[in-house]
Amino acid sequence: MTDPVTASVALGTPGPPVEADTTGDDGRPAAVPRRPRRRRLRLWIPLGVIAGYVVAGLIGPVLARYDPIATSVTDRLRPPGSRLADGSLALLGTDQVGRDLLPQIMQGARVSILVGAATLLLAGVVGAAIGILCGYLGGVVDAVLMRLADIQLAFPSILLAVFVAAVLGSSVTNVVLTLSITTWPIFARVARAQTLATKSRDFANAARTLGAGSWHIVRHCVLPAVASPLMVIATVQLGFVIVAEASLSFLSLGIPPGTPSWGTTIANGRDYLASAWWIATIPGLVLALFVVCVGVLGDELRDRSDPNLSTR
Amino acid sequence: MVAPPPTRQPLLAVDDLVVSFDGPLGTYRALDGVSFHVDAGETLAILGESGSGKSVTVRTVMALLPRHSAHVERGTIRYAGEEISAKPVRRTRELSATEIAMVFQDSLTALNPVVRVGQQIAELFRVRQRLPRREAWRRAVAGLDRVGIPHAARRAHDYPHQFSGGMRQRVVIAMALALQPRLLIADEPTTALDVTVQAQIMDLLRDLREADGMAMILITHDLGVVADVADRVAVMYAGTVVESGPLRQVYDAPAHPYTRGLMNSIPAPDRPGTRLTPIEGMPPSPLHPPTGCPFHPRCPVARPNCRTDRPTLRIVAAGHQAACHYAQEVMTGVDSHGAA
Repeated sequence: MTDPVTASVALGTPGPPVEADTTGDDGRPAAVPRRPRRRRLRLWIPLGVIAGYVVAGLIGPVLARYDPIATSVTDRLRPPGSRLADGSLALLGTDQVGRDLLPQIMQGARVSILVGAATLLLAGVVGAAIGILCGYLGGVVDAVLMRLADIQLAFPSILLAVFVAAVLGSSVTNVVLTLSITTWPIFARVARAQTLATKSRDFANAARTLGAGSWHIVRHCVLPAVASPLMVIATVQLGFVIVAEASLSFLSLGIPPGTPSWGTTIANGRDYLASAWWIATIPGLVLALFVVCVGVLGDELRDRSDPNLSTR
Repeated sequence: MVAPPPTRQPLLAVDDLVVSFDGPLGTYRALDGVSFHVDAGETLAILGESGSGKSVTVRTVMALLPRHSAHVERGTIRYAGEEISAKPVRRTRELSATEIAMVFQDSLTALNPVVRVGQQIAELFRVRQRLPRREAWRRAVAGLDRVGIPHAARRAHDYPHQFSGGMRQRVVIAMALALQPRLLIADEPTTALDVTVQAQIMDLLRDLREADGMAMILITHDLGVVADVADRVAVMYAGTVVESGPLRQVYDAPAHPYTRGLMNSIPAPDRPGTRLTPIEGMPPSPLHPPTGCPFHPRCPVARPNCRTDRPTLRIVAAGHQAACHYAQEVMTGVDSHGAA
């Protein structure tokens, strides 16, 4: 049934041209006006940069092989753009044992991005699950798990990571495990707070009065509310995780030597900051750009996934 | 005086319900012996001011009380003869939507802000009736159309915040009625709306009720809102039902001083120029309930025994009950504080 009054208003208004009229009558969602240019750039620029990193990490080491034990004493500490003894160009300079930095950084992208993404995925999923469980059930489960999280947060996380890494031994998998163990409480706390705020909201109650069980409430009411703050946290944590991996590697508790990560390359260059700034600075800039792009992308994705922001 | 035996079983019968909450200042009773019933197909209005326990009552029926801080101390809730209060919450959930459904006060918070409204309704068909996606969506659109949402097929794709308050409340009603419940509980469905929209929503509820033949519990603090819709009213005060009966009878000849106070505090168009009589004082704190009759500190006809003896609901006329020691006097208006 169509209300004659509103129908006549919709049809009879001489008003705006078709493009501006969002009340199409074809039974499909009204055309969303095109986003402003700035908003589109906020999505595509970081996406392009991150894609560049991934491509560099994937095919870079194939094109320019990095050999950790191929040292060349005559080529050590050459600034960016130098010709090397074998005639090749070291675009980003060389380190203290004469290894070219560019292949080293591309190889490092593999480890750093892999460790960062895997850690955030593991810590995010486990942390969110524990947080939602605690927030939803409350009581003893909540008290026990959240006190555990509190204890962990009160403890310096790098100290804990050193301890766990020392027990587990050094490998890429163990670094991911170690960093996940130190990171999950952050996700758990936020997920728990969001769950507490959502579980007794009226729309959750309304779903209950329509017969929804706990699982349904968690999946359809709590999870969407938990997802977006966790996404923001994940983008912030990415930088920390990559740097923490570097710290562990610096202490020989992280990635085994021979597999360079950004962190290990930065650590190597620390002693030469005064004489050969590029060794630490260039991977540092590479890392910073990556983290910033992930942050901007995460922010933009969050805004787009929130109907309150995207349709207003 | 004995009430005529009920010809049929009530659809919902709440008997002597006592619910308490753990608060920061101690445990207090939000409900202190609430009893009422709704027959199939009838509309019961539950009237009362803020804090009288109206919402807690229906939330207890729907098993929505917070798990750790609320306690049902005693009392029974029967739906079609089945004592659902003695069974696990799961049983109430099974009855929900197909037998009992609820409309909430604030439509903005009662809808999931991040899910399209059509999806929220379609979900119900998919989960509860296992309908395929397209069929569920089709029924959701039909439901929206039924409650008078223009261009329902298009609007089903919108999010709750894109609707006006009145339209959003229609969505909530469409959702509650999707599986054709036999009892609809509406918890102040028009309080968050402005007056003209209030009337539209009340008309809609009345039309839908008549079309479906369902029973309805209408909770409100607005005496005028229910006057055209309800068959019977139950008046709540301080966590208990103080009077219940057929609407006209309760409105015309209230048997409890509180109800009469309410009636005297609304303007009557047929008596212009007369002063409104407010009820003196404030509702009692649930932390320190008065002894005896909960209304005695504010009651114009209170006598010494009101301070000590708590009145129970007594039948004062056919189908008309009041919890007052002096109900007959109040009804006939012999005391000096009469309505005139």
